[in-house]
Amino acid sequence: MPKDSGIGASPKRREDLRFLTGAGKYTDDINIHGQTYVHFLRADVAHATINSIDTSAAATMPGVVHIFTGADFEAVGGIPCGWQITDRFGEPMQEPRHPVIAHGTIRHVGEIVAAVVGESLEQARDAAEAIVLDLTEKPAVVDMKAAAADGSTKVHDDLTSNICYDWGFVEENRDAVDQAIKDAAHVTTLELVNNRLVANPMEPRVAVGEYSRSDDMHTLHTTSQNPHVIRLLMGAFVLGIPEHKLRVVAPDVGGGFGTKIFHYAEEAFCTFAAKAVNRPVKWTSTRSEAFMSDAHGRDHVTKIELAMDADNNFTAVRTETYANMGAYLSTFASSVPTWLHGTLMAGNYKTPLIYVNVKAMFTNTVPVDAYRGAGRPEATFQLERVIDKAARERGVDPIALRRQNFVTEFPYATPVAVEYDTGDYEATMAKLEEIADIGGFATRRAESEAKGKLRGLGVNCYIEACGIAPSNLVGQLGARAGLYDAATVRVNATGSISVMVGAHSHGQGHETSFPQVISEMIGIPEDQIDIVHGDTSKIPFGMGTYGSRSLAVCGSAMVRAAEKVINKAKKIAAHLLEASDADIELKDGQFSVAGTDKSVAWGDVTLAAYVPHNYPLEDIEPGLEETAFYDPANFTYPAGAYACEVEVDPDTGKVTIERFSAADDFGNVINPMIVSGQVHGGIAQGVGQALLENCAYDEDGQLISASYMDYAMPRADDLPFYTVDHSCQTPCTHNPLGVKGCGEAGAIGSPPSVVNAVVDALQSGGKNVTHIDMPLTPSRVWDAMNNA
Amino acid sequence: MYAFDIERPSTIADAVAALQGEDAQALGGGQTLIPTLKQRLAAPSKLVSLSGIGEMQGVCVGDDGAVCIGGATTHATVSREAAAHYPGLAALASHIGDPAVRNRGTIGGSLANNDPAACYPAAALASGATIVTNNREIAADDYFQGMFSTALDEGEVITEVRFPVPQAANYQKFLQPASRFALVGVFVAKYADGVRVAVTGASENGVFRWAEAEAALSANFAASALDGLTVDADGMIGDLHGSGTYRAHLVGVNTKRAVEAAS
Ligand SMILES: Cc1cc2nc3c(=O)[nH]c(=O)nc-3n(C[C@H](O)[C@H](O)[C@H](O)COP(=O)(O)OP(=O)(O)OC[C@H]3O[C@@H](n4cnc5c(N)ncnc54)[C@H](O)[C@@H]3O)c2cc1C
Repeated sequence: MPKDSGIGASPKRREDLRFLTGAGKYTDDINIHGQTYVHFLRADVAHATINSIDTSAAATMPGVVHIFTGADFEAVGGIPCGWQITDRFGEPMQEPRHPVIAHGTIRHVGEIVAAVVGESLEQARDAAEAIVLDLTEKPAVVDMKAAAADGSTKVHDDLTSNICYDWGFVEENRDAVDQAIKDAAHVTTLELVNNRLVANPMEPRVAVGEYSRSDDMHTLHTTSQNPHVIRLLMGAFVLGIPEHKLRVVAPDVGGGFGTKIFHYAEEAFCTFAAKAVNRPVKWTSTRSEAFMSDAHGRDHVTKIELAMDADNNFTAVRTETYANMGAYLSTFASSVPTWLHGTLMAGNYKTPLIYVNVKAMFTNTVPVDAYRGAGRPEATFQLERVIDKAARERGVDPIALRRQNFVTEFPYATPVAVEYDTGDYEATMAKLEEIADIGGFATRRAESEAKGKLRGLGVNCYIEACGIAPSNLVGQLGARAGLYDAATVRVNATGSISVMVGAHSHGQGHETSFPQVISEMIGIPEDQIDIVHGDTSKIPFGMGTYGSRSLAVCGSAMVRAAEKVINKAKKIAAHLLEASDADIELKDGQFSVAGTDKSVAWGDVTLAAYVPHNYPLEDIEPGLEETAFYDPANFTYPAGAYACEVEVDPDTGKVTIERFSAADDFGNVINPMIVSGQVHGGIAQGVGQALLENCAYDEDGQLISASYMDYAMPRADDLPFYTVDHSCQTPCTHNPLGVKGCGEAGAIGSPPSVVNAVVDALQSGGKNVTHIDMPLTPSRVWDAMNNA
Repeated sequence: MYAFDIERPSTIADAVAALQGEDAQALGGGQTLIPTLKQRLAAPSKLVSLSGIGEMQGVCVGDDGAVCIGGATTHATVSREAAAHYPGLAALASHIGDPAVRNRGTIGGSLANNDPAACYPAAALASGATIVTNNREIAADDYFQGMFSTALDEGEVITEVRFPVPQAANYQKFLQPASRFALVGVFVAKYADGVRVAVTGASENGVFRWAEAEAALSANFAASALDGLTVDADGMIGDLHGSGTYRAHLVGVNTKRAVEAAS
């Protein structure tokens, strides 16, 4: 019988009540007495020298409080990058200054050129129109390969070229991989694009800066996935505000998908300006601004080669990727195409030799950074596409080819630096074959053909590294921060519990699933337990939510803190029961003495902790509150197998997804309903990338998909009913819950299966199409069919 | 947006008078105009809302059998009230935008705006509709004058649109994936005196009639009559969502499908 509480139960998400009834409290709901509004004047050209900015007329307009330009920010730091990459020659990456407001040069459409703080937003906007810019336009650098060529216009004149770094991994394997490819019985080569995406969380970004002269305290309310990271980056690197004078609050956040990890210029601006004008300063992004100022995702151009022996065993993989950084390095931009991508190129397979080359390029476009999956979707897409192509070239079944090359023994040390702790790729593939009814495909194809449609089946595997991350390891790899997390379990006198966590929930359902864990451990009802998150003045210094890390890392910290609480509570119970600590057992909220009927309830023990009249004060302190920091020993490695079935209309090229199945191994599962929801959402974004979403620039660096009129988001009727399964469970071996993380899997695992399915459909219709770049819009599919 | 005044007259005469003011502009459902104002791409001094004018609302059938739709009638109303009289037209209205757009947006606003990817222009042109304004009647063939351009004069208000009811009609809309306007939309209408075929979404000159298809279908109202007919890709819109060649191809596909589905 399914449980109705604790680990493995699926209680409804308690936070949804406020989200669905309009009672959520988002950053834009914060309005502070005396607040001003900032309107940013943003560049409408991609690359230009700023000769002058004349704000004199604007400054006299009604309601203008103050106008800021780049000159006002010369004395503060630039927006920092959190990860230093060392290139394949041993040199540090090129790291240009990223100003809060453009100073001297404009480098992308949407960059802030001036900021008008006004009594009202409309007045600020009116004044911004009166600012006179004198610009000299320069050629825009848009195409990455052209940007790499000698003599290209440079995005940053003070750098030696547009190449941020040229990274090789594992560099020592370079020659051996080249040799293995020369010696191979068969090499399959594929060139592909991993399309640039705009994250598009439902809630646009918002920042409200506040300064209190009475105690010299700065507060930033912001739409962030990780308030402590923002406090660290902005306080230490940009504005020079010590932590105890800076509070960062991220209340309800309406989706992040990665793009709200990063520290943005608008946050630094509002914090800085609030002190400068001595009034709160609020910025609410419009959707148009979001398109040109939220960090974009993906944007890789890759050539991958897969070498095989005569028996179709994989012998080597070699890749060459151009990764777009945009005009500046966003917070984690440099790590995405390197450590979050190169380390995943083994996939689920025992390929012995792998070499990954990545050239990270500066271009006159919006900065690119982590987006749901970050690096791992790019790795999975290349590998699973090239394997599919190889199967076709070799005339073998794509599932059989994968199976033959699966890693089967764990732990498994890949040739790309990571060690998979557990997994069972055969189990998820077998589960997929069952839930996707692969055996029934031929019949379904015949039915589609009878209707004049082409039907295709695409399958792929994926593995990801999440539960980010062991601090000592990432430190060696160039991370400028630790990636532990933290939790404080505060037990109140009457036994209810507040858990202060470093993770941040912005759609993940932590407020429901974290209490399930505590409830399981202590045996009190979930409604006695609340999660507190999102405010640096309330929570311990944790690193926030991204990289499917919340439960694996922060949840582990919470378990450790709860264990400390339970140990202390047992001592109190032993005192009350006049027994020895070692004999005390905790079950269903009752402490009992083993082998006796003596017991005391949880609430009596917690009360004793706060009203210590009868209490072992000589041995332990009163109160019941413990904090733990948890630094994981390894990444976690969720893995799975996905199948997509499509119909293609041969007359129009339109693709419809008829079936989509996902068999995932997430290790232990706390709330199966929430996990299914995470997979559903991830697949929607993966299908969005595969079929619809395309962030496109023209050669002048103008964003041509700058609104929903041209940027296609997946809608409900673009998606089928999914079949998802997470019954294959190989628990993580190194964290206390045995959990692996599920937030990104759907977005990582789904694009290759969609593209594989479309290629399969076209091949079945006699079209010799081996690849189409995403998104597979009707026009692209039709063009491919008609040029084949 | 910039500041503006708003008037809400209750008669056509008052609306026309209010529109005489400098930089005054009619406001239908606002589904095109309000986003334009929000982006500060237009700065009318005064908006004259047409939504309170009773004589511009609703669907009725005229003495000649034509379906007459008030210029301020919403897409949602047309989809409901025209269904019994002109199902092809009602079906078109029911697929414009989303429920919010359909409950605000109006036929007059759509035809006045004449977006090259809008749906109603195809219906009006294929039906040989009459655009009735506060001071004249304009045949659809004379009304559409290229992308976002019409025969309307400054301050002229579409008060009614009259659609002769065909024997059979169908609109095939192939969606632009992002906006879900028509990437290519084809409206086919079969009348006693011949078939009319109007194409939206495709041409750089806005909605147009496909003469060859009309001739072929007038002779034989069957999809097979279109075999071998193509429209020229020159002058077709090419953008992120499809080339001119692709759009020209879709004109053929949609026309056949419309004929097959026409009832
Ligand atoms: C999300 C979205 C999706 C959409 N999808 C589609 C779609 O699939 N197909 C489609 O065809 N359209 C679509 N539209 C457009 C929609 O149909 C609009 O309602 C229509 O284009 C304009 O009508 P309106 O009444 O809102 O006019 P408004 O926006 O109020 O006005 C538009 C213009 O017409 C003028 N005007 C308004 N009424 C009159 C009148 N009676 N006489 C003279 N001039 C007038 C105004 O002055 C203005 O210049 C969509 C719009 C949105 C926002």
